[in-house]
Amino acid sequence: MPDAPVLEVRGLTVEYDTAAGSARAVDGFDLDILPGEFVGVVGESGCGKSTMLFGVAQLLSPPARVSGGSVRFRGQELVGMSERELASIRWRGISVVMQSAMNALNPVKQLGAQFEDVMQVHGERSREVVRQRSEEVLRLVGIDTVHLKSYPHQLSGGMRQRAMIAMALLFTPDLVIMDEPTSALDVVAQRSLMMQIKELQRQLGFAVLFVTHDMSLVSHFSDRLVVMYAAKAVEIGRTRQVFEAPGTPNTQGLMDAFPSLRGERVTLTGIPGSPPNLLDPPTGCRFAPRCPKRFEMCDIPPRLYETGASLAACHLHAPAAEEAVR
Amino acid sequence: MTTEPAAGPTPLIEARGLTRHFRVGGVLGHKTLHAVDDVNFSIGEREIVALVGESGSGKSTVARLLARVYKPTAGEIYYQGRPLSRFRSRKELLAYRSDVPMVFQDPFASLNPAYRVSHGILRGMALHRPDIPRDRRREEAERIVASLGLDPAGDVLDRYPYELSGGQRQRIGFAQALAYRPRLIVADEPVSMLDVSVRIGLLNLMVQLRDERGVSVLYITHDIASARYVADRVMVMYAGHLAEAGPVEEVLQRPLHPYTRLLLDAVPDPRAPLPAEQSAEPGEPPRVVDPSPGCRFRWRCPLAVDVCEQVTPELVQLRPQHGAACHVAAANLGVAAQARTTNGG
Repeated sequence: MPDAPVLEVRGLTVEYDTAAGSARAVDGFDLDILPGEFVGVVGESGCGKSTMLFGVAQLLSPPARVSGGSVRFRGQELVGMSERELASIRWRGISVVMQSAMNALNPVKQLGAQFEDVMQVHGERSREVVRQRSEEVLRLVGIDTVHLKSYPHQLSGGMRQRAMIAMALLFTPDLVIMDEPTSALDVVAQRSLMMQIKELQRQLGFAVLFVTHDMSLVSHFSDRLVVMYAAKAVEIGRTRQVFEAPGTPNTQGLMDAFPSLRGERVTLTGIPGSPPNLLDPPTGCRFAPRCPKRFEMCDIPPRLYETGASLAACHLHAPAAEEAVR
Repeated sequence: MTTEPAAGPTPLIEARGLTRHFRVGGVLGHKTLHAVDDVNFSIGEREIVALVGESGSGKSTVARLLARVYKPTAGEIYYQGRPLSRFRSRKELLAYRSDVPMVFQDPFASLNPAYRVSHGILRGMALHRPDIPRDRRREEAERIVASLGLDPAGDVLDRYPYELSGGQRQRIGFAQALAYRPRLIVADEPVSMLDVSVRIGLLNLMVQLRDERGVSVLYITHDIASARYVADRVMVMYAGHLAEAGPVEEVLQRPLHPYTRLLLDAVPDPRAPLPAEQSAEPGEPPRVVDPSPGCRFRWRCPLAVDVCEQVTPELVQLRPQHGAACHVAAANLGVAAQARTTNGG
């Protein structure tokens, strides 16, 4: 391995405390991200992907809490860090781009003033430096610098999302965490934003952790892919290889949920049924109740098996020896 | 007129020269935003027509014109051959609204959170279905909700919107529309806010409604792949004009308008290999304020020639049932470019 990972997540577990007990929204999640890498996380709504992201960024608030595991950023443990210590890492080391730019930007402040806020809070006092850097990042994302004087409502959806990304880059962080940044955009704006993120990554070298429910969106842009289902990572691998040889019926189902522009027009089914209740998840493989390929083994929870193309939590890939032992 | 269905004497609904302008620029502003300009189309019985385009192309304005949320600035909508502007009496308007209901984009905002989901369906029936006596409405509502795959129906009807998932809520949106026994459902981005696995179920539902109940759908979306999945015909809209229209396979496999190609290229296809390095497409559809003549796509168009600067192209039929508003495509196919006249039809 050439570089040390910029982010190491080990056994991350997040619980929501509810009146009916505590629900594990993220259950023993492991992930390493190398410098400059683009990692996509996909899964249905409610699979825990956004909660995982918030857990990594230490942005959870009650009733959610990190109940176990560790998140190390450049070797530093983030779980249990005080707000004060975290403040020195936020924006400078890790920045977050939220799903809805319209809600994340302050509607009554000009863009420039919002950029200035961020930089001042994180220790940059010189107005000249602030102005220069604000103009720089805005140019990076392809927005005219006159828009530093614009209010969010004066920008289109794509521009707002770009402005959010510009803001995330103010301090050239090593890791940018993105929670469905393109879901409010149309296809053309989506594609152009993804291209832009890739290009910025090439120029500046930051790593990206990108969460989306749209598997086809990351197919051409992420280096590695993590598929989550019911709070767990069920498949991890190089993106192209996962697309070519999906290792779990769940991944296959997500891929089959997209109509294609080419080839025969076929009837699709998506994934029938709905995800399990996390207050009382199935004891075996959590996908088994919806799985077209389930068999006896599925009563036991699968570990991650090497499939040749990826790591997949599915007994279909269990080595014969292991099967015999049971 | 290039976008009529192959057969049928009177289309179910027809728009001729449909135009909607908005005044912008504050109290003293005298500027006009041309949201929809001189749009002609028709939708037949038992037909799903997709209207695709980017944000800001005017597609939602078309939906609202059909739903009579807005009145047209110019042009006319004909329902079963009768102009909508002549629908005067409350009875006629109610009948139209029950025949042509709308399903909205955001299932979280379009249901009243203070009422059980049965409320909207039963109210709709009280207004639009005098044939069903009061004590039979609940039964009918359960039947409709069950037919949309919501189970158990009685239980679902008694829930509040917050107790349902996005997909379930959007099914309730369709249930409200179906309670009126509609002829045409105007569905404005009905699946864009939904999760992938749920999305396909709703698309299948639209196909099922067409095949089993003969309901037509105007399916408005920016997702051209989903349009291909459900639609019989597709209309591509750009900056208030129709850029291209025709049978869905024909338009998507042999696009004539450069804008349609741009849309097609933007769709990520995981089954296709990584495309050659493309630059980020920086363009956005223009806000059409006080437009001068000329093609509205010319600033982003790789094919633009001199005539595109001066003459607004008209949607003309270039192949059987397949029309495009493009000077270059027309020239390539040996059809003389036609200027957009005032209210051409």
